[in-house]
Amino acid sequence: MSADAFLGKGSEYKYGFVSHVEMDTLPKGLNEDIIAQISAKKGEPPFLLEFRLKAYRRWVEMKEPHWVNASYPAIDYQNISYYSAPKKKATLDNLEDADPEILRTFERLGIPLDEQKRLTNVAMDLVFDSVSIGVTFKKKLTEAGVVLCSISEAVHLYPELIEKYLGSVVPIGDNFFAALNSAVFSDGSFVYIPKGVRCPLELSTYFRINDQESGQFERTLIIAEDNSYVSYLEGCTAPAFDNNQLHAAVVELIALDNAEIKYATVQNWYSGDPKTGLGGVYNFVTKRGKCAGVNSKISWSQVEVGAAITWKYPSCILQGDNSVGEFYSVALTNGKMQADTGTKMIHIGKNTSSTIISKGISADQSHNSYRGLVKIIPRATGARNYTQCDSMLVGAECSANTFPYIEVGNSTSQVEHEASTSKMNEEQLFYFQSRGISMEDSINMVVNGFCKDVLCELPLEFAVEAQKLLGLKLEHSVG
Amino acid sequence: MLEIKNLYASVEGKEIIKDLCLSVRPGEIHAIMGPNGAGKSTLAKLLAGHPAYTLDQGEILFKGANIIDMEPDARAHAGIFMSFQYPIEIPGVSNSEFLRAALNAKRKAHGEPELPLEEFETLLKDCMRRMEIREEFKDRNLNEGFSGGEKKRNEILQMLILSPDLAILDETDSGLDIDAMRIVASGINDFKSADKGLILITHYQRLLDYIQPDFVHVMVDGKIIRSGNASLALELEEKGYDWLIPTNKEAFS
Repeated sequence: MSADAFLGKGSEYKYGFVSHVEMDTLPKGLNEDIIAQISAKKGEPPFLLEFRLKAYRRWVEMKEPHWVNASYPAIDYQNISYYSAPKKKATLDNLEDADPEILRTFERLGIPLDEQKRLTNVAMDLVFDSVSIGVTFKKKLTEAGVVLCSISEAVHLYPELIEKYLGSVVPIGDNFFAALNSAVFSDGSFVYIPKGVRCPLELSTYFRINDQESGQFERTLIIAEDNSYVSYLEGCTAPAFDNNQLHAAVVELIALDNAEIKYATVQNWYSGDPKTGLGGVYNFVTKRGKCAGVNSKISWSQVEVGAAITWKYPSCILQGDNSVGEFYSVALTNGKMQADTGTKMIHIGKNTSSTIISKGISADQSHNSYRGLVKIIPRATGARNYTQCDSMLVGAECSANTFPYIEVGNSTSQVEHEASTSKMNEEQLFYFQSRGISMEDSINMVVNGFCKDVLCELPLEFAVEAQKLLGLKLEHSVG
Repeated sequence: MLEIKNLYASVEGKEIIKDLCLSVRPGEIHAIMGPNGAGKSTLAKLLAGHPAYTLDQGEILFKGANIIDMEPDARAHAGIFMSFQYPIEIPGVSNSEFLRAALNAKRKAHGEPELPLEEFETLLKDCMRRMEIREEFKDRNLNEGFSGGEKKRNEILQMLILSPDLAILDETDSGLDIDAMRIVASGINDFKSADKGLILITHYQRLLDYIQPDFVHVMVDGKIIRSGNASLALELEEKGYDWLIPTNKEAFS
């Protein structure tokens, strides 16, 4: 039921509405003063203000990169507001204290907040315009010792953890957008799983962008201590505006000895007008997981079907011996969308292994690129990688590209790479229809068959709905 | 069961079928033969409802109803089946998944409940055995990696599972070796009955050795120019098509 909310029925972008909420907003533009104000508004400890300022100073020296296989008009960084929070903020346990308009927004999006109606096995953090509104099932999580809260809260409750781990996987100077994020991030999710705990619930965060003029700079940090396990899902939607909105998030995952983190994303940001390409979210995200411990495992799964431009490479640093990194992705582009996405698997420890399965579907006049790096450093003995990237083209005007980078520095490694390209066309669909299968089901079966290996990595309910969403998005593109 | 009256049809703006008339009653087997480019495949695809083909004039009545506005899946539910000359490959979708979806779609259209998985598997196993298709093929992706002969046998397998009322087999015999021919013919013979119609589109007499047609039509230039019984096919085998065409040109030019 709530899976519907993430993924929506009906081929029109049904999340296009705007909510009218009283917001506390800083004036547009970025300088050290604005940053100090952001930090002050959140009551942050000095180490964090220092972190932000250091990042800002690095950012100012950096040049915006343009190697992405996508084109977009220049972003005016001084024409964005870097802080926008709902005036009425919920306290830790009482969602009901939040601005009623926000609660109505989530109801309208199909996210049940009423105690009885909540998904019983999913604990959810709701983030509205980069501010966490509240978390469901807090009690059950607390009983298990699991922490799911906003980063802002975590800064106050667990400053030592934040100081230790924030920026440890994605350093402030890593790239232009990560530096910007490190300077101005407002909120995001913080997850901490103590030693030996297998998180009893699926954890999830629902991100909703509402403000037209602000950028979205979420920061998520997940720490899995020795022998722990967590499965986490993030969902994203935004209203339909004519201007472009920048979404430059950073996600850091840390898995210690024998720990496992599963991170799934279903992204359905507004992708711009399908005919003119006007508007839409720029989804420039840095996501990285560090398999710090021995036998640790990090799995990224993503279904990206929105955003005007998607530019992200959820990656794994396989530091611990025997660690495992996985990347499963379905990226669908239609209308005038552009996507340049993939992963980086960096093999450092001994006997590490990685699996990459990427499915790209492009339709209409869109452009879809896979960019991947498999890097095996000289001392990484016994490393193994399997990569499969498949593209499906729908219609005659779209494009699909692959840019695989394979750097092997150790001769005991085993690296496999397979790629295929296919076309979904009238003939295939007619074959299905001539056997009595409806057009809608035909598209779904062909797309599902194509994405099977990836969809089975998502939590079950979401896999079923993701399948339907993919079918809906393509409905008007086939012909 | 099938009535085609003064049919004119085209594809990509080019007129292929010109004033074609044909009647098929339940229990009848019709063979349509003719030189390449006559429009035989076009006729088959048009009956099945291929979106690229347009009906310009005339009528196609199936069980008394005009089917021209019916979508391909609706026609399949009504009981029309076409076996493709070049069956297409579909990666990621298994044979058994496909057949089950097709069968259940038909049952749903008729207000019947879906066939339980076990019953379906039994039905599939039985039909696969009859078509001498190895069991592991059911989990293979639809037509992927199949040889030409295997694809044709797979088409007949689909026909047996879906049990249509009118089957149009477009050059099912082309590219088949002797054994495959025997198996395909036996499948078709299993299918035929007093209430089913069959249209065999073929170039050669071979298939007709196994399946005795009631009527043989010769199609040239988008029109049926001669009809007869099984002996007409034998005459064509001996003499080719030329002896028919000059006569045609004199009479109809």
